[in-house]
Amino acid sequence: MKIHEYQARELLAKAGIPVPAARVVETADQAAAAFEENGFSLQVVKAQVFAGGRGKAGFVKLVKSGAEARAAADFMLTHRMISVQTGPEGIVVKKLLLAAAVDIAHEYYLGMVLDRDRSTVSMIASAQGGVEIETVAHEHPEAIIKEPLHPALGMQSFQARKTALGLGFTGKQAQVVADLLLKLARFFINYDCSIAEINPLVLTKDGKILAIDAKVNFDDNALFRHPDILALKDDSETDALEIRAAAANLNYIKLDGEIACLVNGAGLAMATMDVIQLHGGQPANFLDVGGGVKAEGAIEAFRIILSDKKVRGILVNIFGGIARCDLIAEALIQAGREVGFKVPVVVRLEGTNVEKARTMLGAARHELPTLQVADDLNDAAKKIVAATR
Amino acid sequence: MSILVNKNTRVICQGITGSGGGAFHTRGCLDYGTLMVGGTSPGKGGSKDANGLPVFDTVDQAVRATGAQATMIFVPPPFAADAICEAAAAGIKLIVAVTEGIPVLDMVKTKKFLADFGDSVKLVGPNCPGVITPGECKIGIMPGYIHTPAQKGKRAVGIVSRSGTLTYEAVWQTTQMGWSQSTCVGIGGDPVKGMDFIDVLALFIGGDPVKGMDFIDVLALFQADPLTDAIVMIGEIGGAAEEAAATYIQKHVTKPVVGFIAGRTAPPGKRMGHAGAIISGGEGTAESKITAMRAAGIRVADSPADIGKTLREATGG
Repeated sequence: MKIHEYQARELLAKAGIPVPAARVVETADQAAAAFEENGFSLQVVKAQVFAGGRGKAGFVKLVKSGAEARAAADFMLTHRMISVQTGPEGIVVKKLLLAAAVDIAHEYYLGMVLDRDRSTVSMIASAQGGVEIETVAHEHPEAIIKEPLHPALGMQSFQARKTALGLGFTGKQAQVVADLLLKLARFFINYDCSIAEINPLVLTKDGKILAIDAKVNFDDNALFRHPDILALKDDSETDALEIRAAAANLNYIKLDGEIACLVNGAGLAMATMDVIQLHGGQPANFLDVGGGVKAEGAIEAFRIILSDKKVRGILVNIFGGIARCDLIAEALIQAGREVGFKVPVVVRLEGTNVEKARTMLGAARHELPTLQVADDLNDAAKKIVAATR
Repeated sequence: MSILVNKNTRVICQGITGSGGGAFHTRGCLDYGTLMVGGTSPGKGGSKDANGLPVFDTVDQAVRATGAQATMIFVPPPFAADAICEAAAAGIKLIVAVTEGIPVLDMVKTKKFLADFGDSVKLVGPNCPGVITPGECKIGIMPGYIHTPAQKGKRAVGIVSRSGTLTYEAVWQTTQMGWSQSTCVGIGGDPVKGMDFIDVLALFIGGDPVKGMDFIDVLALFQADPLTDAIVMIGEIGGAAEEAAATYIQKHVTKPVVGFIAGRTAPPGKRMGHAGAIISGGEGTAESKITAMRAAGIRVADSPADIGKTLREATGG
């Protein structure tokens, strides 16, 4: 689960990490007032959205007066933000952060991430902050400091001291940074984060250390023990169909193509997308209905994929294990009755109760005029691509 | 021969009376012929499950009363990590964790806990379909009938995979072309897990980011198993276990290995169902894995429908 920058800075501040003074606003008038209340001569207005590319899109702006803050806020709240990550239709901005701009002497990167290779959490730090850490890791691997945390004990003080010195801090400042690292590591563990990143951490010209921007994500599987984090969830940028699918316990991700797919199992669902592309089509979605799917869930799955107006064909690929082929066939027939399949549907069934399913589909032939049955996955992909040409 | 499990493996189910499907899948394993000897459910010790098997309060009691060597875990996610540790402490040698949705930091700690037991305890999963030696022992949720037991005149393939249904796909294709399977291991979809590809390849693997055995653990077992003629390794986007396995295969595996990687069309930054299936920071792409595997001499199928065909090409059979 993702949270917004303003939420992340509030959580980090609560964890004892220094952040510059700031206010969250939702109108242009509030922005002008917040500028005065903050009381700094130079401030920055930042759109609070999940999508990246804010700066280039003009949704991060330096302002020098209440009037400028009002104008910047007015622009951001009345225009859709369009960046490489939003798609051409862009997204609506509802909240802005107005923060003190600081005189930066140097920018650093600090992050905690899940380290899959070591099966633990690792701290990553670099004196080359303010840019994408992946770029630094790629171009200047020597500029990256990495310290794996002990799985049970977490970050040790010596690791924090070593890292602070490695970043070039000395004396009192090194102590401040080491303390901040320990707090960030504790924050990561306490809240079951999947990433907790401060980029940049800055050293100001007057010698202060401040976290300017933060990105914090949480492990979805651990949200049951963090109701306070779950309460921060904002679905406003999530695709409406994805929200609807989640409510029905379906694992659905909308994509850009024209061939929808309905599959059981995450690996097979990905592989089905791949095989559609291999035969010249483009997948419209990822959809894993799961092993324990019931008839109502499967019907809702058909409703959801048919709500995507771009969809010109559907590939159903079921390898029945726990999921039964006859149940999927029943859902297909019912969905056909309810919404009608105007687009071609190709079905590939294998596994538990496959014969029963084939008989059912055969008997319902007249109700499903656009239905074709495939022998295997290659055949299914070829048929659906041909049918949507 | 086979790896990890055979007809003499005595198996219990943790969470046998719960809502996670313990009793239902225990039935499936019994029907397949697995030597299921009991189950655990705290607070229900002394009773019987829906299949008539004895239920114990603790794994320790179950091991002492039944001689169980392996466990199949269906305990709900908040308590599953504890269940894994309990099994290891009670002397269980093979832990198959089917449960999906265990917090990854729970698995980080659990993996450290298991490290104290060294090689004597193996964890498969979590978030995996399980392990099967066809005709002898099925521990998990896979449909049994698609498999073919090893027999004279049939070559045997060992299968190791991060995905459940994609494993079934490979099993079915190899069955249809007249092969048998020595053992099939789903290492699971999580980022931190027990055995990895290499454990199994030297054995067989699950889908979570932090899990038990990884590819390498499994690869090592398959390489050492006299019954296994060839190996199928099925990976997916996320992490670098396939790249590590490719390097391992080049150095240590002399048997033919064929592969498939799911997720060529997956967009970066989106988690594709499995907790571990995500491309982040440009790492974990299907292309990177396929390139590494091909460079190591592994034949990688372009289509999931061609896994069997690719195996035939790699083995001349």
